[in-house]
Amino acid sequence: MHLVSHPDEVKVVSKRFGKGATDLDRYLALDGYKAVQKALGMQPDGIINEVKNSGLRGRGGAGFNTGLKWSFVPKQSAKPKYILCNGDESEPGTCKDRLIFEHDPHAVIEGVVIAGLAVGSHTGYIYIRGEYRYLSNLMQKAIKDAYARGLLGKNIFGSGYDFDVYWHGGAGAYEVGEESALMESLEGKRGIPRIRPPFPAVVGLWGGPTVINNAETLASVPHIILGGAEWYSNLGTPKNGGTRLFCLSGHLNRPGVYELPMGYNLKKMIYEVGGGIPNRKKLKAVVPGGSSTPVLTADEIDAPMDFDSLMKAGSMLGSGGVVVLDETTCIVKFALRTMKFYRHESCGWCIPCREGTDWLEKTLIRLHAGGGLKKDIDNILYLSENMLGRTFCPLGDAAAMPTIAFVKKFRKEFEDHLEARPCAFEAAGSVERLPVMA
Amino acid sequence: MADVNITVDGKKVTAPAGTLLIEACKSVGIEVPSFCYYPNLSLQGACRMCLVKVEKMPKLQTACTTVISEGMIAITNNDEVRQARKSMVELLLGNHPLDCPVCDAGGECELQDMTFSYGAAESKFMEAKNHKDEQQWSPVVYFDRPRCILCYRCVRVCGEAMDVWALGVQNRGVVSVIAPNKEDHLECEECGMCIDICPVGALTSGAYRYKTRPWEMNHVGTICTHCGDGCKTTLGVRRSDSGMQIVRGDNRDKSGINGDFLCIKGRYAFDFADDPQRVTTPLIRRDGQLAPSTWEEAFELIGKRFAEIRDKEGGRAIGVVGSNRTTNEENYLLSKFARVVLKTNSIDHRRTADFPAFAAAMVGKPHAAATMRDVFNAPAILVIGNNPTEQHPLLAWQIRNNVRLHRARLYVINSRPIKLRRQATSFTEIPQGTEGQAAAFLGGDDSAAEALGSGSREMWVGLRDKLRGEGKLIIIFDSAIRGKDISALVKFGSAVSGAKFVCLGDYSNSRGAADMGLYPDFLPGYRPIADASTFKDEWGDMPTAPGLNVSQMAEAAAAGTLKGFYVVGSNPVGGLGLDPFAFSNTFVVVQDMFLTETAQMADVVLPSANAYEKAGTFTNTCGDIQLVKKAGEVSDVKSDFEMIVRIADATGFEVRKLVPFGGRGTSADMGQSRGAQSGEADRHVVWLEAHGLEPKMSPFDPMAILDEIQRLVPGYDVSRMNLLAGNDQHTTTVGTGQGGVQDAKLIAPANDNLFTSGTLGRYSRALNSVIENRNPEPAEEVAAD
Amino acid sequence: MRFSDEFEGRFSEMLSHYPTKRSVLVPTLLYAQDEVGYLSDEVIAELATRLDLTELEVRNVISYYSMLTTKARGKYNVQVCTNISCMLRGAEEIFEHCKKRLGVGPHGTTPDNLFSLEEVECIGACSWAPAVQVNYDFHENLTVDKMDQLFDECKKEGTQLRNL
Repeated sequence: MHLVSHPDEVKVVSKRFGKGATDLDRYLALDGYKAVQKALGMQPDGIINEVKNSGLRGRGGAGFNTGLKWSFVPKQSAKPKYILCNGDESEPGTCKDRLIFEHDPHAVIEGVVIAGLAVGSHTGYIYIRGEYRYLSNLMQKAIKDAYARGLLGKNIFGSGYDFDVYWHGGAGAYEVGEESALMESLEGKRGIPRIRPPFPAVVGLWGGPTVINNAETLASVPHIILGGAEWYSNLGTPKNGGTRLFCLSGHLNRPGVYELPMGYNLKKMIYEVGGGIPNRKKLKAVVPGGSSTPVLTADEIDAPMDFDSLMKAGSMLGSGGVVVLDETTCIVKFALRTMKFYRHESCGWCIPCREGTDWLEKTLIRLHAGGGLKKDIDNILYLSENMLGRTFCPLGDAAAMPTIAFVKKFRKEFEDHLEARPCAFEAAGSVERLPVMA
Repeated sequence: MADVNITVDGKKVTAPAGTLLIEACKSVGIEVPSFCYYPNLSLQGACRMCLVKVEKMPKLQTACTTVISEGMIAITNNDEVRQARKSMVELLLGNHPLDCPVCDAGGECELQDMTFSYGAAESKFMEAKNHKDEQQWSPVVYFDRPRCILCYRCVRVCGEAMDVWALGVQNRGVVSVIAPNKEDHLECEECGMCIDICPVGALTSGAYRYKTRPWEMNHVGTICTHCGDGCKTTLGVRRSDSGMQIVRGDNRDKSGINGDFLCIKGRYAFDFADDPQRVTTPLIRRDGQLAPSTWEEAFELIGKRFAEIRDKEGGRAIGVVGSNRTTNEENYLLSKFARVVLKTNSIDHRRTADFPAFAAAMVGKPHAAATMRDVFNAPAILVIGNNPTEQHPLLAWQIRNNVRLHRARLYVINSRPIKLRRQATSFTEIPQGTEGQAAAFLGGDDSAAEALGSGSREMWVGLRDKLRGEGKLIIIFDSAIRGKDISALVKFGSAVSGAKFVCLGDYSNSRGAADMGLYPDFLPGYRPIADASTFKDEWGDMPTAPGLNVSQMAEAAAAGTLKGFYVVGSNPVGGLGLDPFAFSNTFVVVQDMFLTETAQMADVVLPSANAYEKAGTFTNTCGDIQLVKKAGEVSDVKSDFEMIVRIADATGFEVRKLVPFGGRGTSADMGQSRGAQSGEADRHVVWLEAHGLEPKMSPFDPMAILDEIQRLVPGYDVSRMNLLAGNDQHTTTVGTGQGGVQDAKLIAPANDNLFTSGTLGRYSRALNSVIENRNPEPAEEVAAD
Repeated sequence: MRFSDEFEGRFSEMLSHYPTKRSVLVPTLLYAQDEVGYLSDEVIAELATRLDLTELEVRNVISYYSMLTTKARGKYNVQVCTNISCMLRGAEEIFEHCKKRLGVGPHGTTPDNLFSLEEVECIGACSWAPAVQVNYDFHENLTVDKMDQLFDECKKEGTQLRNL
């Protein structure tokens, strides 16, 4: 289910998609658990270096070098060390971890075990968001199967190394995707981020050193161990190793999740892989990496999709959610829907995020409804800029950055809303209603 | 820890490693604003007010979570920082109701101050504010949700510091809200700490809300009159029809031994003072009924009768009962008055601990009595018996937070699973009433272990060895341990290097009453009657045989040999169960605020001022002496001090011999000659007073007696200057070692809990409303003192 | 109180997965809600006792997570995603249609207690938008017609179950 393909795809993480790999025998037949066996023969530093050299960067959105992250875990620790797989996928525009869990759950388990071997941990948790109940069931079965075969638990593969993997479920909270909030949630608390430092690699779950990686990141690891750092690295661009799952959504003829090399051109991604804009409409804008990333205008899309290039273009690669907006889209409304999300998901801990998202949403509602004043546009910028970099966790930035980009890049649309109601887009017949507040 | 050097705004700052940047700034007078940061509570980083620029960091950093490191350069006041603060205030004000004109916190609100400092005068928002109605969470706690800025101070002080955990945070995002533990109301210790710590007016006091504005009150820092711990409470007073009314109690002045702490009694239970049942005119029994009289008539009658009885029957025919809630000066004066004016040693009070035995055990160890502050810093504490959470809330606070913040080891030996066991390293349960045996066992009497219940002998030996291994242990016990068990315990403790002790008495000046010699067999300072030489020189002639204790007085009255009975601020009929009919042929004088069971049988009742309405000193259960200041005032009542002096005068006694007023200070320079600068004269008076040189031109000036106390009572020679400045001073416990062991049966602990306080509690609306709210059935009558 | 054997089995197994009891709280709350329909006072008290927490702590956690509720819902909880990817492909039309068809607003429940309606944030179906979750089941690439079919099926199933 859910599968599409394109000739430009380079299938690494997705190579077992649609091949029945949820079944353990099938998975084993498709090179499953070979990477763990190989890793068991490697030194921990060797594993870390391999991953570091592969150029694998966190697929959750921050893009930090995975091997480097692992290397921060102290070798000696009085408290147990933990591996925590972040499967709380909630970034609007992103639906890739869901596919991994659905089609290749054992790859995630394998990645968790390898991460454990690399840092000397014996316990891993796979946190899956509460909405993905069917995937939780799938994952629980996969773990059970692996235990039954001796691939998990005591003395895995007869190596003398013990490793336990457990499933854990969320219950609806975007903020829990932030790694320290994820730990709080796993410990049975409200998903409020922790003060850092100390970082999780030193003081994490129950005070023990903890590696937290996105599900796609961990699912990539077995392939790196088997294929080698150089092979993986060469799939992408320098410093941006490998491939990644891009979730194409919005106004496209062929939306879907495609695995493409890092650095793949965004314009090509939209027009060739995604099949272009339906009904011969023109492209207006692209949100390149999930709702938290600043929007790119149609003129800015001729860019390679990797962490550094997008940073240079004034946006971010983020979580790989490419949302395409055609010319009929009202940017003010889009900005409003985005802000409504952040207002709903703000954990409320710190002032700028809690109050800022609320005021931005309220102001955008009024502006969009035709009740805006000229100073509102500057106020939106003022508020966003004063949230930026000052919140307790990155959620505030995630709300502020796209908003600043919407206003700066499409200021005229905001100004047009001051004059007319209904706005030009509604007048042109595009479906438009004020969002209903939950 | 090693020191670290940093630079803040160009200033060099040196502070111990591990110091937070916000504290390092404070140490050199640079204020970094914050709402959520609060010393000794967990760090939040939530309000973002303390964002500062730290060199080499791309983003502004919260000074409250940044630990200083060598060479750190911080800037706390550039444009970027100021703008960040301003925007936080703007964001807060977006939803904050601007009802400052009617808000209890108006004028003492941190959000107002920040708005003033960082200038967010212009409103950028047009939308309606989120409104929610005010909620009453308990008789004394109200919550006004829109005013809340979510700094989480209340949640932390309730949980971390009080170990009550009655407040939480619910929902998320902009609808996040502080929530009480019972959905729509609180079930807690009602300490009101959440209200004091609230930086805005979100949590308000049921006793104070909408009563007045802060600037319309005078604020008097005095000592709480309820339990024996000696918390400082700041009373807000306002002029009323009948004097000065106390409208608020809180703890904004953190200089007391209680630091941040105050319990329900210190905060709300000042309201007994304006109870309508208060006696406000002298009463004389006429035709079997108590009827109003003039003060002159009352004093004349009392003076005449006491003098007659003394002269005809001898002083032994008069008994005197003093109070646990009167000042040291009053207690000392009463002790002196009884012996010198009435010529009787029959003076006693409701004893709530065996202080004479404690003093005797402390002979030769003048510094072995722990202060209340010591309890917060000791590395190890042993508590035998008592339930400090209920009976000594400040002591419990000190212990709890010492464990939390300094990782002190707490050993609890108790017959009940008291709340402090949660902090305890070791909790040992013993059968009820065997605290004395536990003390004896620790003191080396191995046979005592048999009484101590199921715990094996090895366990007890192990515990004793462990305690012996603790350096600087503080041993805390109450009236359950008496007489020789106290000396056994002190002997045991003294074997531990640097051990200190706390003997717990129950009322606000129980310790002072004992120290000032409200005993038939001891003079002030536990000096036996037989050894009265020091006092005789100053006091003149007094009887030499020990007098009667309270129960003996009742017996004597029943037998017809006690003809006069003078009760000052005590209720022996209600509290100690004396038979009122025994006194039917005795002339009974009672000084009290209310018509207690004892006052009801009196021939003369004199309306007295309470401890919030007079000046003097109190000694808490640890021996910390503190200044009591006059806050409230009710017309037509007098201090016990004045009444004692007036009665002495009415007997024909030369008052100057009782209260050494006047004398060398009468012609003192009042400072007028030193120039006309404002305050000069006031400062000069303080200087004079501190050096014992103030004029004391009135016989009703307790300071004149304080001079004598400081001169004659061992251990009370503390710094006068510090005392007057409002600081606690520790008296050294100096017994003479000669006092015989008291009749331990005479000790009657108060057994008050968090919501009762003897007679005062009976007349406190705040306490009663909380009791009724918790327990729909009428609360059990509590024995009054 | 006692939950189903399946719940109890999972609960005791999960307890063994963590060094602290309360770690099981979030997933356990969701499973308890699935059984009882919502997190009743009784459920809250029971879980608080089992996990050595105060009821306040349990409520604090419940109120944080958007899937957890202390109020009863209909048998089919229709959760319409209107977040950006779905919005671009007509989610609002779907949502409006749901409101009209069910005759309830957001967080409303139909009088027959069959359906509840919720507008939800991104459910991870962006590439197959617009999407709706009915309880835990995903329904993707929706149109108004497909939505109607879905309602009909639910209604049929729900009525059959009721008549059993």
